[in-house]
Amino acid sequence: MSASSERSAPKLTRVVGALAEATGMREAKLNELVRIGDGGLLAEVLRITGDRATLQVFEETMGVALEEPVAREGEPLSIELGPGLLGSVIDGIGRPLSELAALTGDFILPGASAPTLDKTKRVTFTPGLVEGIAVHEGDVLGTVVERGGFEHRILVPPGRQGQVTKFFGGERALSEPIATLADGSSLFLTQRWAVRRPRPIAGRKDASRPFLTGQRVFDFLFPIAEGGTVAVPGGFGTGKTVIEQSLAKYAEADVVVYIGCGERGNEMAEVLHEFARLKDPRHGRPVLDRTVLVVNTSNMPVAARESSVYLGLTIAEYFRDQGYRAAVMADSLSRWAEALREIGSRLQEMPGEEGYPTYLASRAAKLHERAGRVTCLGGPQREGSVTLISAVSPPGGDFSEPVTQSCLRVAGALWALDPELAHQRQFPAVDWHTSYSLYAEAMGQAFDASCDPGWSKARAEIVELLQRDGELREVASVVGPEALEDKDRLLLTAASIAREVVLGQSAFDPNDAYSPPAKTFRLARAALELFEAGKAAITKGAGYADLDLAQARRALAMMRDAPATELDARAAEVSQRIATLWRGGAS
Amino acid sequence: MSARQVARTYRGARAAAGPLVYVGAAQRAALGEWVTLKAKGQPPLRGQVIDAGRDLSVVQVLEDTLGLEPAGVEIELTGELAHAVVGKDLLGRALSGAQDPRDGQPRPIGEAIRPLWGAPLNPTQRLPPSDFIETGISAIDGMNTLVRGQKLPVFSGPGLPALELAATIVENARAPRGEPFAVVFCAIGITERETRTFLDRFAASGALERSVLYLNQAQDPTIERLLAPRAALACAEHLAFVHGLHVLVVLADITHYCEALREVAAAREEVPGRRGYPGYMYTDLASLFERAGVVKGKPGSVTQLPILTMPDDDITHPIPDLTGYITEGQVVLSRELHRRGVFPPVDVLPSLSRLMNAGIGKGRTVPEHRKWADQLYALYARGREARMMVAIVGEAGLSPSDRRALALAEAFERELVNQGTHRRTIAETLETGWRLMDRVPREDLIKLSDELLATRPSQRAEAQRKEA
Ligand SMILES: Nc1ncnc2c1ncn2[C@@H]1O[C@H](COP(=O)(O)OP(=O)(O)OP(=O)(O)O)[C@@H](O)[C@H]1O
Ligand SMILES: [Mg+2]
Repeated sequence: MSASSERSAPKLTRVVGALAEATGMREAKLNELVRIGDGGLLAEVLRITGDRATLQVFEETMGVALEEPVAREGEPLSIELGPGLLGSVIDGIGRPLSELAALTGDFILPGASAPTLDKTKRVTFTPGLVEGIAVHEGDVLGTVVERGGFEHRILVPPGRQGQVTKFFGGERALSEPIATLADGSSLFLTQRWAVRRPRPIAGRKDASRPFLTGQRVFDFLFPIAEGGTVAVPGGFGTGKTVIEQSLAKYAEADVVVYIGCGERGNEMAEVLHEFARLKDPRHGRPVLDRTVLVVNTSNMPVAARESSVYLGLTIAEYFRDQGYRAAVMADSLSRWAEALREIGSRLQEMPGEEGYPTYLASRAAKLHERAGRVTCLGGPQREGSVTLISAVSPPGGDFSEPVTQSCLRVAGALWALDPELAHQRQFPAVDWHTSYSLYAEAMGQAFDASCDPGWSKARAEIVELLQRDGELREVASVVGPEALEDKDRLLLTAASIAREVVLGQSAFDPNDAYSPPAKTFRLARAALELFEAGKAAITKGAGYADLDLAQARRALAMMRDAPATELDARAAEVSQRIATLWRGGAS
Repeated sequence: MSARQVARTYRGARAAAGPLVYVGAAQRAALGEWVTLKAKGQPPLRGQVIDAGRDLSVVQVLEDTLGLEPAGVEIELTGELAHAVVGKDLLGRALSGAQDPRDGQPRPIGEAIRPLWGAPLNPTQRLPPSDFIETGISAIDGMNTLVRGQKLPVFSGPGLPALELAATIVENARAPRGEPFAVVFCAIGITERETRTFLDRFAASGALERSVLYLNQAQDPTIERLLAPRAALACAEHLAFVHGLHVLVVLADITHYCEALREVAAAREEVPGRRGYPGYMYTDLASLFERAGVVKGKPGSVTQLPILTMPDDDITHPIPDLTGYITEGQVVLSRELHRRGVFPPVDVLPSLSRLMNAGIGKGRTVPEHRKWADQLYALYARGREARMMVAIVGEAGLSPSDRRALALAEAFERELVNQGTHRRTIAETLETGWRLMDRVPREDLIKLSDELLATRPSQRAEAQRKEA
């Protein structure tokens, strides 16, 4: 090697935390991937100044030394999309964790590389078009049926088109072509996509269909739309993860991408363990078969935490493009923002509020823009959606902080979690006074049409009950509940019952973890009827103490916790209790 | 560092400030490389490269840099990364935070060396924790069950008996099925007196020989506090995943650890986060706390019981706040209960074991455990609310049911939470709870079904009497 080429060979000049610098990088491109050090750790170019480049390193840098080599990879951080993604667990740079375990054992060591999809895997491809046809980007070429029956639609990658001269149906390995085009090029079962770039669509559509969560407090009070976005901020232990997991299990989506971003390893183990065993209530297949897990736990490298969110969104968009309803659970976007902050501060960027980079808000906005309901590119005509549910972990539970605020500015709904409610074990600990959904009215109308015409009305009544309850509780805290009038005491109790049986829902009760809209509605109606009956009795002269509210309450709780097959019987019992609410009031 | 480098020696540092020494042109310096600093007439200092740069590298020095003269110091880059010596021969030993013997015995030889910084456990290799640990403490076993592989911190306040609680747990903790277990205790910046409280109790119970002690006390070097827990955890991982022991790690006090972290950040003039703590404190703490767990196909486990002192009893302070965001629940101590002589003074309301459900129920404790705990919790929460109301409206303003709840809350604190150092089995804990619930009328037990209530001990006794 000549002296001059040696001088210009890229090598490391600085290593600190997740950041490295290299010289000899004049030809590098922004966001290009590089391999650094003797171990070949994956990194990404963040900045280029003349001959020097600043890199963020996706793996642990401990032990990486100056002068070690740097090799350019030529492409930005990308992921391989195709059959085999569902049911898999990948890290923030797209490596399957099970492959990593095979390579480095129980602990993840830097420098291992493993492709997202196993290219030797064989699947059965069924062409859906005839040879000779001209295809364009986004067209469905055919299908592969995956484990559990999921129909994986194979698309013409964005930017490609041509006339198909031959299809290769039947059993194919992921590495083999499935079609040849007139220009001699091939199409494959998989396609690569640079994760930081949104995948193209034909057009955006209105959010008009409810995204069914199976959680009463959301479906009934703060519903979101398919393709909508919601921020779920809450202090530690307020129930963000339980909500994300419950939605991942039960929400009406075809595909769920669960991004464990900077959270706990045990939680990921639990998700894997549980999702493999739990059957989807709609078609009886394991929930894991519709799930992709993207995992960067809090002890994994911080730069890969930043990328994990884009990786997850790209996967969701890919299934959206096939015409599916994808949902992304991001737990937690605060960790993503903190990763930005950590890298930004190492880059000595001018810090904005609380040390976060000044571009936090715009990055958060872009990220939320990747959700939505869309008309997909290509034929046949189809629509798909990405719904984004993001947990936010505000320091000290204070929502005025930059990450919560950046998310709220762009999210369509706020499910605010309250530590006070969590302490009272009122779960989900959704603060109904501060939470809101911009989709509420439209979704209410949709539920009126699809579930019960009385849905919106019942919702308004429950909202009012909770509102009055808030006011009265303030009075009661000053004068004591005994000093209130009977009808007000009744209202307090009715609201307390509504909180317990309508809004309250244990994620761990096998019968109630998932509540279909019909059950949600019946419980809400029953609570309102109880309140009405109490009011009527008091008007007719009954005292508060004459009402047998405790029995009615217990009956309602039993209805809530009953298996689906017993719901009718329990509902009848509730009606019975309501009819005999006034002990002395035999008609 | 793929291949170990040879040692290189340089004379003269560019600058020094607090715990940091700045070295120019340290060739092929590696991040995390171990450094020895020698100055004439002084014992050598040890440090680590925390920023490797072609023009300038930053070395964080463990020991006190008092009197260090940068220009004259000899700097040796050792070519090695910080590591921990681990092995079964460490059981019964006391070491410093830098792993020097503190018990007058020779340096342990160990069976292996592990990188001090550890590596993240692959999440797919974890088993979800699910084995109940009986601590003998009702407020924990009954209400906030600890599970093997969990990290459950104790949130304490200045002067509250967190270490006594930890000592009691360590003395009492029984692994189910009597499997082999060990204790790793890591003192981080706590006083001699605090260390004694723990060790004396511990020695008396004869548990010392199955434990490893890492002691960094208040008078010991500050920066060593950043290494001590990592050495302790490396050792715990070895004992657990190589020898199959169930290891309980007590880290005391995380607050001192965080202060050391802040000191380094300030010396580097980093942009401070909340209250001057660095923005990466979450990630840093996670690199400790996440080193708890159970691994597929391995018999042992690492369970962590970190202790932290909430400055000013403020749970929103960044230290407890970030900890709470990483750990799997928390046990919160109450000044009020401590003042009233309740031991352990656990405030059940803000306390929570997030893995409780995995560790209780049929086959683990008793099937009705969850309902039992929920009902007691609800009654107690109601009573605490009533207690607050009394302050405003007086006892007369309470409804009869509020008054009953208030009485129950007092009894709950006196009889269930308070137990001194007496050990209670889970059966005794449950029975104590049922006895409390026997005192309230049926209508107050809204969380329990008739069927379940019929099985409580008092009812069973009644039924037996009737039969007889
Ligand atoms: N719907 C629910 N039903 C029953 N229990 C719940 C529910 N939601 C939360 N909990 C309880 O609250 C605990 C904490 O919930 P979770 O782990 O979701 O909190 P988090 O907001 O994600 O906290 P962190 O920010 O620390 O991750 C759970 O372990 C569980 O005990
Ligand atoms: Mg969480």
